[in-house]
Amino acid sequence: MNPESAGLRVSEKNGITRVEFIEQNILDEENIQQIGEALGLLVDAQDTPRVLISFRDVAHLSSAALGALITVSNRVKSKGGELHLSDIDPKILEVFKITRLDRLFEIHETTAEGLSAFG
Amino acid sequence: MAPNGMNPLDESGTSPLAGETILCPGDFSGLKAFESSFFDSLKRIGYDEGQIFAIRLAVEESIANGFRHGNDGDPAKTVTIAYAITATDLHISVEDQGTGFDPASVPDPTEDANLEIPSGRGLMLMRAYMTEVNVIPPGNRIEMHFRRDA
Repeated sequence: MNPESAGLRVSEKNGITRVEFIEQNILDEENIQQIGEALGLLVDAQDTPRVLISFRDVAHLSSAALGALITVSNRVKSKGGELHLSDIDPKILEVFKITRLDRLFEIHETTAEGLSAFG
Repeated sequence: MAPNGMNPLDESGTSPLAGETILCPGDFSGLKAFESSFFDSLKRIGYDEGQIFAIRLAVEESIANGFRHGNDGDPAKTVTIAYAITATDLHISVEDQGTGFDPASVPDPTEDANLEIPSGRGLMLMRAYMTEVNVIPPGNRIEMHFRRDA
């Protein structure tokens, strides 16, 4: 799965893979499956994945999207890597808090803060 | 009655703007057409961005659950949405063609032991964002109520 065709913009710098969403709404079931697969391939391609996912411009998401993120997080952890999230809109951050997933994910206000959090 | 199943919009919001839509699995254009019309109606009646965010999350979770869990992905089964919107309240029901489920059997996704499980958050999000959510026995219809002043 090509990241761009799954609606992801991926770049790499200083050993950290940065992922952004091209779409504003991460809701469509088919799209979520593609995003999950593309993120899975990114993680699998690295020995020790170091991934920052930015939610800049993302206005909506669903529990299926949260599920895809959890799957990615589990895969990153199983390889001893690091996953950080950043730039989450306050309304979406509330979804993470309601589901208590703010305890599972390391969430940062800005991309810069996310990048500096890697060990 | 307009072709999409909606009554003409009552701008005053005193009598409900009501509609019914039957969605087929995989019909993303039908889903988008329903959403566009439904959320435009809420906006025109005066629901604000935060309220629409909440309703959108709950409605989309209920539709996704209807197809994925209720109908178990059966391509022959549909999901029916019926709603009534006034200036103060939204009532919406989402019904699938499955055999239903017992909401008490859904594990609490916010428990530490369940945080890493990728599914099972739809119903709790509906309950968190709507004023009232009822799963109607045998569990293939969800009725939700959103009160704007709640």
